Formats: sequence, C-alpha cells, structure tokens
Amino acid sequence: MSSEATTTTETALPAAEPLPHGLGVSLPSTDIRAKTEGTFPYTADLWAEGLLWAAVLRSPHPHARIVSIDTRHAREMPGVRAVITHEDVPGSALLGRGAVDRPVFASEVVRHHGEPIAAVAADHPDTARMAAAAVIVEYEVLDPVTDPEQAFEAEPLHPDGNLIRHIPLRHGDPDAVGETVVEGLYRIGRQDPAPIGAEAGLAVPRPDGGVELYLASTDPHTDRDRAAAVYGLPPERVKIVVTGVPGATADREDQGFQVPLGLLALRTGCPVKLTVTREESFLGHVHRHPTLLRYRHHADAEGKLVKVEAQILLDAGAYADTSAEALAAAVSFACGPYAVPNAFIEGWAVRTNNPPSGHVRGEGAMQVCAAYEAQMDKLAKKLGLDPAELRLRNVMATGDVLPTGQTVTCPAPVAELLEAVREHPLPPLPKDTPADEWLLPGGLEGAGEPGAVRRGVGYGLGMVHMLGAEGTDEVSTATVKVQDGVATVLCAAVETGQGFTTLARQIVQETLGIDEVYVAPADTDQPPAGAGCRSRHTWVSGGAVERAAKMVRTQLLQPLAHKFGMSTELLQITDGKITSYDGVLSTTVTEALDGKELWATAQCRPHPTEPLNETGQGDAFVGLAFCAIRAVVDVDVELGAVRVVEVALAQDVGRVLNPAQLAARVEAGVTQGVGIALTENLRTARGLVRHPDLTGYSLPTALDAPDIRIVKLIEERDVVAPFGAKSVSAVPVVTSPAAIASAVRAATGRPVNRLPIRPQAAVVTTQ
Amino acid sequence: MGQWEGAAGLTTQAPRAAQAVTLPASLDEAVAALAAMPAAVPVAGGTDLMVAVNSGQLRPAALVGLGRISEIRGWQYQDGHALLGAGLTHARMGRPDFAALIPALAAAARAAGPPHIRNAGTLGGNIVSAAPTGDALPVLAALEATLVVAGPGGARREVPVSHLLAGVEMLRGGELVGYVRVPLLHAPQVFLKATGRTGPGRATASVALVLDPARRGVRCAVGAIAPMPLRPLEAERWVAQFIDWDNDRAIAPEVLTAFGEYVATACVPDAEPAQDGTVPPLPPAVLHLRRTVAALARRALGRALS
Repeated sequence: MSSEATTTTETALPAAEPLPHGLGVSLPSTDIRAKTEGTFPYTADLWAEGLLWAAVLRSPHPHARIVSIDTRHAREMPGVRAVITHEDVPGSALLGRGAVDRPVFASEVVRHHGEPIAAVAADHPDTARMAAAAVIVEYEVLDPVTDPEQAFEAEPLHPDGNLIRHIPLRHGDPDAVGETVVEGLYRIGRQDPAPIGAEAGLAVPRPDGGVELYLASTDPHTDRDRAAAVYGLPPERVKIVVTGVPGATADREDQGFQVPLGLLALRTGCPVKLTVTREESFLGHVHRHPTLLRYRHHADAEGKLVKVEAQILLDAGAYADTSAEALAAAVSFACGPYAVPNAFIEGWAVRTNNPPSGHVRGEGAMQVCAAYEAQMDKLAKKLGLDPAELRLRNVMATGDVLPTGQTVTCPAPVAELLEAVREHPLPPLPKDTPADEWLLPGGLEGAGEPGAVRRGVGYGLGMVHMLGAEGTDEVSTATVKVQDGVATVLCAAVETGQGFTTLARQIVQETLGIDEVYVAPADTDQPPAGAGCRSRHTWVSGGAVERAAKMVRTQLLQPLAHKFGMSTELLQITDGKITSYDGVLSTTVTEALDGKELWATAQCRPHPTEPLNETGQGDAFVGLAFCAIRAVVDVDVELGAVRVVEVALAQDVGRVLNPAQLAARVEAGVTQGVGIALTENLRTARGLVRHPDLTGYSLPTALDAPDIRIVKLIEERDVVAPFGAKSVSAVPVVTSPAAIASAVRAATGRPVNRLPIRPQAAVVTTQ
Repeated sequence: MGQWEGAAGLTTQAPRAAQAVTLPASLDEAVAALAAMPAAVPVAGGTDLMVAVNSGQLRPAALVGLGRISEIRGWQYQDGHALLGAGLTHARMGRPDFAALIPALAAAARAAGPPHIRNAGTLGGNIVSAAPTGDALPVLAALEATLVVAGPGGARREVPVSHLLAGVEMLRGGELVGYVRVPLLHAPQVFLKATGRTGPGRATASVALVLDPARRGVRCAVGAIAPMPLRPLEAERWVAQFIDWDNDRAIAPEVLTAFGEYVATACVPDAEPAQDGTVPPLPPAVLHLRRTVAALARRALGRALS
C-alpha cells in the first residue's frame, strides 16, 4: 500500500521537483490516481464467497397503521434465505443518530414514505427484491401531517410527541424598538445530500457469533454501538470496517438498511450485501431541514441594528435525529455575524410525516443565513443604503456577544472579509469581452436572449460553529508508530473526501520530519474518533495525531539528547536525518531507531461547552468560522432563468494547512450552495416523495457552477484550535445561497423569499 | 484508509450472467432477428433502455443491438427530402454539416443532454421512447416528418411522426424505425429550450419553428408541456400573413409578441369555465409555463426572421 502511495505521488508531480511535505503545502492525496481511474474500491464493489443479497421493504405511505404483516409468501419463494420484520429484532428496537427514536422496522405505524418494514436475504438481488415485494402488509392509511405548522395541534405522531425541541432565546431589552422596521417570511426547501455513490453495505458473520459490517460510515463507533444494541450483542462483537466513502456532505448512511444487513447475516450465517437504488437512497437517508422563518429587524436611522425578532420552524420529518442540534445552530446564529444588542428568537423543531431531516453540512446556520441576509437587503432598500455598506455598519468583531450571551473570543474578521469581496473587481460584462462566448442563463443551447438578461450583484455574510455544541464530548484518539523510518497513523477518523488522511500525513511529516507516512484504514477496533462533521477531524483528530507524533518524537530524540547533553528542542529532524542546532550531531532516523518500534497514542479534547439554558443562553460553541461572499448573477427576466456568473469569497480560515485541498473544499461548498439556491429541492406531495432520482432532483453540473474566486483567506490563528486552523467546508455552503438570492433580488427587484429560487420568482413582468 | 483493502475472502469482482445479444449488420437482418426471437428487445444508444435494465425494471430475454447497422447511421437525399438514418446519434446531428441541412434538428441534438448521452443516444431512440421531453420530437413535428418503418420480409411502410406519437398508428411486433424523412426547406429554423438550469437538463418547455418559404408558411411545435408536441395551427396560419415574404421576411415587432401570446394561449389554455361562466385563474406555475412558451415562440420567430 505504501509503495503504491509513493507511485501515485510521483506520477501526480513532475519527477524533478522534490515532494512537498509538512503543513501549509498542497500535498496530494494518495488515492487520487485510483479514484480518477475508477479502480478505487467502494462498498458497492465488494464481493464475498457465498454472498446473499438483501432488499428492504419500505413503506409506500407517509402515515399508516400497520394492521398485519404476512411474510409467508416471501419466505416460501425459492432462493429466499431469510425474511425479517420487527419481530426478529433481538435487542433494542430503536435506531437514530442524535436522538434514538426510530424503529429498526416499523411495527404498528409507519411515519414516513420509505420507512423500512421488513428485510429479505436471497441468493440473487432480483429474488430479494421480488421477495420484499411479496411481503403482504395491510395498512390502514392515516392522514399525514405534512405542514410543520399543523404539527403543534396534530395528534402525536410518535410516543415522544411532535415537539422535538423549543428554544425561546431572549437576549437584551424586549421593549427596544428601532426607527426602521422590516419584516419578512422565508421558506427554505429540502436539500438532499445526494451522495454520488449511493449507499451500500456488506455484512459478514464472524465465527465468534458477532458480525463485521463493511460500510461507508462516517461515524463508525456510534453506528457500531447502535447496531450492537439492536443485535443484542456486546459492542466488541460487532465491528464496522469503513470502506471508501463515495461522497459525504451529511450523515450519509441510512441506518435503516445497515442494521438489518447485520441481522440478516447473523440469521443466515452468510455474508449479505445490499446496494441501494437511487430511489431508496433518496427515501432512506436524512435531508436538510425544510424551514419556515419569520423575521422582524429593527434599526436606527443610520442602519445600526437595534433588535431582531424571529420565529424559526424546522421540519424534522418523522424522526428527531440531530434536529435538536440543528435548531440550536439556527437559533444561535439567527442574527448572523452582526452585532445585535437585543434578540428574541423563538425556534421549534417539530415532527411531521415528511422525509426525515438530520445533519447536512451547515444545518440550521444555512437556513437562517438566507433569511437574515434577505432582511439586510430589505433594510438597505428601505434606508436607501448600499447593501454592503449597511452590512459593514453592523458586522461583529472579536469581543462582541452572540445572542446566546457567549462572547466571541476567536478571531472574527468579518468587516475585513466583506471589504475584501467588495473591493474585488467585478467580472467583465459580455460587451467588454465580445470575443468570449457568453454563457447565457439557460445554458449553451438554451433559449437565452441577451436583450432579456439583467445582471445583479449580491452579498452574503455567514457563520458556522465548529465541532459539536452544547456540551458534546468531542474527543478523538490517534496512534502514531515509527518503524524503519516509516510512520504509520492509526485513527478511526473517516476520510470522507475532506482530506483527513492527507492532513494526518502532513502533520506527521511536520512533527517528525519523516516523509513516508501511511494512514491505516479506519475500523471500530481502533479507539473512537467521532463523527466526521463540522471540521471535527481537522481539529480533534488532527490534534490527536499531532500529540501522538510529538510523543514519538520525544521518545526518538530523548536518548540522543541525553547522550549529547542537550534538550530535545535543540534537535531537528528533516528528510529522515536528525541534526542538532549546532551541526555537531548528525544521524539518521533509522540509526536512531536501532531496529526499535516507537508507539504513542494520544487524545485531543477541546475545551468544554455548556448547553443552552431555557432562555437560549450559554457558552455553547467551541469555535466559530466566518465567510463573506459576493455573488454575480445573470437573470433572463422573461424566463426566470438564473446563471451564477461568479462567486467571490473571502474566508476566515485560521491557518491554511493544505492550499489545494482548501480551495477544493471551498469550491465544493459553493457549488453545493448553488444547488440550494437554484435547483435542489426534494419535492413531496402529501408526504410522498416526488421524483426520487437524479433527473428530477437537479444537482449542479460543471456548467451550473460559477467561476469561484477565493479573494482572500484570512489566517488569524484561533489559539484554542490545534494548528490554529478553522472549519472551511461548511461556511461556504451556508453563505453562498444567501448571496445568490441577494444577487437575484438586485437583478430583478423581486423579493426572492424562497429557496431554491423558482423561475417564476425571478421573472420581471412588464405589466 | 486511503486505499481500502478488502479483508480476507472479500474481492471486488462479481460474476456476471451472460445475455443473448445479436448484432445484425443490416436493417433486414435486424428485423429478421426480432422475428426469430419476439421476446428480444432492440437497442440502439441504450440511454433510456439500459437505465431500466441496470435498475432491474427491465430484464429483456435477449437484445438486438442496432449499433452495427451502418445504413441507418448516416443520411441520404431523396427528391427534396433528407432520409435520415434512425441510428444517427445526437452528436452526429449536432455537427455543422448536418446543421446546414436541418438547423433546428441540429440545435435540438446539441441541447439533448450531456456529451456522453449525445454520443450514444439516437434519433430513432428519441422517437420510439417518445418521452414528452424528447428534444427532437417538436422539431420533427414542425417539419412534419415521416417515419420509414422496416417490417418482416423487406417490407417498408411510412408513418407520419405525429401519428406514431399520438398513438394513431403504432409500430407492430418485429418492426423497426429505419429512417426519418424530413423536407429540406432551405430556410431558417430555430429550436429553443427552457430548462431550470444552466447545465444540461430536461426541457420545461421547448419550441421548434421552421419557415417554409416555398409555401409561405410557418410551422411551429411546442414540446415538453404535453405528452406529445403540440402544433398551434391557427397561430401558424395567422402569423404567416404578416410576414413580408418577398422583402427580407420582415415582420412588425408587435406581431412577434402577439404570435407568442397566440401560441401560448393555444398550447396552455385557460381553465374550464365554472358553472357560473367565470374562468378560474390559472395556478402560478401554469401561468409561468404559459409565459415561458410565449417568450420562446416570440424569440423563435424573431430569430428565424432576423
């Protein structure tokens, strides 16, 4: 494996140049070549001798009582090896990430379209599918609750009730009023994480009565513990091996199929595999919370914000998952990165019969950003101020207080970010560059007519928190081993495409001066590293790797330092050679090791946070990251077609650890934001998912992606973070939809209160 | 973790079942292959069919591949008409030499999805799959194209494309669409497509418009808004009289606007009047569709006459 890694690096770079190493350089990832050539094995490619295929029967109704389940016909089909329902769950009957309130299999009632009811293992995927279809379920169809506003009054859909969380945040003087008041009602649609590689899994029974699950899990230990509880096994008898993750911008794996896979493997004693169809993928995994937001901003005559009042309603769908956390982010960041002395934010997350919502990059923060930035545009219009100027008058800085009462202690260079994007030259108009073909809204062969196209410029300022909030124990453990001049990193942090393995190599190179670093695959036999979200792994897992590497460094250098009577700090390791500051000592790492293996394991745990109290107050967040975006759009105002021409972005990154990887993350985030702004909305009709396919659900393509200009990266180190680095992936997702909506508003003069922006909302009628 | 290695006993190779595939070299051989095995399914580009096969919705007993029939992968001329092979790919139709012959069909072919779809998808496939959003269909409707259908024993019969799309005449068992006969009009033609995005996507509405200077006619078809392309015949006849055919085909701008409205109202009609005679307003989405069709039709005629 490590020899292959070396080959990859060599072919990716001109042979003459030395390999980059250490922090702050664009070290390429070791799997670039395999992924580009299509030889990288994902879960769906796995195969085992004697394999059975699974299929899951899912509910065709969003809300129904199950009268009876008859599996007899399915069991009797030739080739069928097992059919399981809620009756066959030996342990805990509940699943869920965050809240545990989701049945493994629906028993009495189904609460959303696509809820698992039974699973089948058979010797052929078609047989499994047909057998699943042959399970006879008698339903008594119930009226679905699909409007989150109705959820408060509706009959409880779940024993835990319909209200998942309510945060009435109160901060400051409730009687404060401003001279200028603007109000608005905003709706955000349901984004699907739509991972390009749909979910797949393989379960292999173990001789000790346990089971191994091969999954693209992003949080293997939590998934393992849940699965073990369901199987009624101790956690150590269940092992999750993390396979290649084909795209993860959310809790990508649907526990509703992974846990039954293991049950089927235990039941049949055979390996069982499932590759979900695109439709099942859309039905099974969690989505971004559709949100309804009502806002009232008060400002004085100069445009300084006096008070913000807001009501935020998150549609959690049928199960709670991480909705409570999403609500905390939505409420805490409801005013955005602005200094607001008085804030009264009421937030609810409620249960409906819609598809389940959960963790998707920037959850909570993204929805409020679209709304508060729309309010800022409205306020600027009412006051006759330039929208960027109004924002500049209100931006927060280090030392300001969030509406949660938490003082912002980390760098918060918001004004600097906004000024950077504002001062960046605007993209040329087509008339300035007649030689270039003008890509009109509607595309290359679309119906666009230059005469009907108007250009608009809009701004967005966004913020996210990093790591889990409200007292979550965010800990990660890593082990570093050095042998024969090669370093190995063992850490259960999952490489989801965020670049953790590359970063881990860079950290070890930087700390130990050893260039050849191998990062082992993740599984649950290693100590937990936690979920891969909110830039955790850069912070806690990266921090753990650094500590372990430092401990190994000390072990390596201590004997030498002792021998030469100097401290280890006076020795340095570069290119596998150990030298002292004065050049007296020079030896190689291999010699110093003298055939020994050096191991060290370390943990990283950021400073603790506290839950928000009953008025939404508390130091709930470890760190914050900010971003400013200026979007330029062209709108065909007759057809309502929008093309994002350019997105200029300035971001507060703390420290750049890998420039190429950082740029890729930012570009991916902006592109995901373009999807939220313009096309991505998983539609439902009375709780039934419409068009669960990639034709009906339009992800941005290369032509939809704008020119993305990273205008400025502010490297003001966050002293509490390892390396001083901040989250980079989430904040562009949060901010870009707001900036694009702002630009469409500027181009059309229309209010644009809803995302994604429907063509009819961007049409300018002449009458 | 970087490269994932399978544990012992796991591989990444799955065995595959063999499938009966015939690859005839001529149209008549293909028809004979279908006649010999009625359960076989013909496949050309496979951009629709193979999706159904891969997702397990369709398990054909056998396939008759049409990709090696060179006679239907080009075109020939026949008394003022072009006889287009049904196996012409979108990529081929999008090229300049084809665009010089039938500009609207070339434009539709270029708009018909991303490059890998255009490289495989064929004209015949677009017709027989008859998806409402098939981009070639409104163009063929506006051109009043005729299909040449090959049957057993070398039989050939002609079916107007609109008859097939409307279900008036169907393909019979063992028949294949061999060619599409379209008139060569030697005049501007336009195909315009509205999608919800900048990248390739299915049409929310499309308009094909061709001029027929010899007959002093305008022919227009609206695609994607109904199960088959719609022809606003009255609007076509009405607008033709306002075109100064002998004088650079000039037209007054207000006629263009009125034509757009005429086409849109014909193709997206008002709701049925209620009992008391009042006409309920159209829902916003339908109103937007009507506005889109009007803009497309106005732009299409404007471009054809400019």
